Amino acid sequence: MIRTHRWIRNGGISTLVFLIPTLLVFGLFSWWPIARGLVLAFQQTNLIEPAHWVGFGNFRRVLADPLLLTAVRNTAWFALLALVFGYPAPLALAVFLRELRRGRALFSVLAYLPVVLPPVVAILLWRVFYDASDAGLFNTLARGIGLGPFQWLQDAHWAMPSIVLEATWANAGATMIIYLAALSGVRTDLYEAAEIDGASIWRRVVHVTLPQLRTILLITLLLQIIGTFQVFTEPFLFTGGGPANATTTILMLLYNYAFINGDYGEATALSVLLAIFLGLLSLLYFRLTRGWSTT
Amino acid sequence: MSARVEDRGLISAADRRRPLVRWSLGSGQVLILVLLALAGLGPILWLAKAAISQPQDIAANPLGLWSGQPQWHNIETAWSSLRVGPALINTVWVALGNWAVSVLVATTGGYALAILRPKYAKIINGALLATLFIPGVISLVPLYLTVLDVPILGGSLINTYWAIWLPAGASAFNVIITGRFFAQLPPELFEAAKIDGVGNFRMFTSLVLPLSGPIIGVVSLLSIIAAWREYLWPKLVLPDRTKQPLSVMLPSIRDNVQLNLFMAGLLISVVLPIVIFLLFQRYFIRGAGLAGGIKG
Repeated sequence: MIRTHRWIRNGGISTLVFLIPTLLVFGLFSWWPIARGLVLAFQQTNLIEPAHWVGFGNFRRVLADPLLLTAVRNTAWFALLALVFGYPAPLALAVFLRELRRGRALFSVLAYLPVVLPPVVAILLWRVFYDASDAGLFNTLARGIGLGPFQWLQDAHWAMPSIVLEATWANAGATMIIYLAALSGVRTDLYEAAEIDGASIWRRVVHVTLPQLRTILLITLLLQIIGTFQVFTEPFLFTGGGPANATTTILMLLYNYAFINGDYGEATALSVLLAIFLGLLSLLYFRLTRGWSTT
Repeated sequence: MSARVEDRGLISAADRRRPLVRWSLGSGQVLILVLLALAGLGPILWLAKAAISQPQDIAANPLGLWSGQPQWHNIETAWSSLRVGPALINTVWVALGNWAVSVLVATTGGYALAILRPKYAKIINGALLATLFIPGVISLVPLYLTVLDVPILGGSLINTYWAIWLPAGASAFNVIITGRFFAQLPPELFEAAKIDGVGNFRMFTSLVLPLSGPIIGVVSLLSIIAAWREYLWPKLVLPDRTKQPLSVMLPSIRDNVQLNLFMAGLLISVVLPIVIFLLFQRYFIRGAGLAGGIKG
């Protein structure tokens, strides 16, 4: 009784009032859905009849779907291409821009412009560039150097690289800015020391710059992989998963399960599997960085 | 001496005097400037040109620098007949709501958890942190089902903007960075206020809020940008065409309209983001670096 009284006098109630927005919003739209997702993965529901337990039935159906392997392969292909196209370029650009004495702001603004465009608008614009007819913008450019015409998005082999090219263009500027910020923290006395020891500019990049950036490099690598494994908008709006399922990703499969077939249980089972995979990646990353930061 | 060391970068003044280095730096600079201008500005300029062209001119000569009379009325037709204008207003409305809910949750939550610090703050902090590490994909379907039939409150939020605004407020990142910012404010301020008998509410409105301009700026920018970029979630919860923001409405009309009018629609939807970026570019670029640093 006395303790409750003191709690109220010390502002216990007003503290709770300040927490209401947080508790309400997170409780209803973050914590509750996560908990419900873990339950839903083991249930079958069509929203009309009450849900019933099916054990690992949803997981068995997901794993038996022949499209799952295709989707995993496509997603991994997307992630790999995105790494090849998009991982080294922003780093090289940032290292170069850091050495500029004038005009760095202009370069940054130009590189960041694609990031500013809403993704949907950028995708719809690039679909026009990828027009497969002779008159398409990219086909006209290709003809200028004696190539093509290409089928771009309509070709099962080239559809995914075409999508990744746009995604790289859209995101590289943001990564570059992160590297540029990290580069301002590189210890310049080490450059001095390396130069006195006769290290060339290239060797200074490899032995001084990159080692100091390794934490941020690992972070962007992991964030990129986690992001690319949840890719949806680009393949959905560029190709709808075609041609012949060549660009169907894991998240598109999940979308089809839930919002085309109305099979929420199966969709949630797939999202739990994907979340476990991504969680393991994060764990791996934390173990790696812990080892690295102590050295 | 030490100033000189701090001044230098990877390439020293002595390096810069060597002809090979000077030549590569200079030509590399020009080459990169041209490439960046092509990649960054090129598509936007092409879009602007296509938006005021005749459809046959876009098809006949996509690389042409200029094609005939500018068709300014394309913009007007796209705005009213294609309903790009109302969709733009919907986007602004979504962004405003996201902004209001995000700022409310981040400031009140950050204040309670970082300054008032009740005994149970640890549990809430842990639960917030946990959501950062659980990939969002796991809650997409259950979140949709939650919005269909909200627990406690009851009813469906489908076709209301609350279905976007409320989940947008549930950003643990925003609450945590705001809390960190509050925790860095000088503690003497709060102790002095407490001794003067200032209550928790007064302390919030007259002490904390006036000092939290920078962090409110960051949260505002993050939440408004997110609203502009979202596609899948608004598509799921706003099936009513008259309520859809640009990102949902534009793909749905793509196949049924003339190319030049569609380009005019795309142009209308990029103007505001580009203008805001150019006005606040310093904050964008610093903010992006900051976000990378915080994640580190």
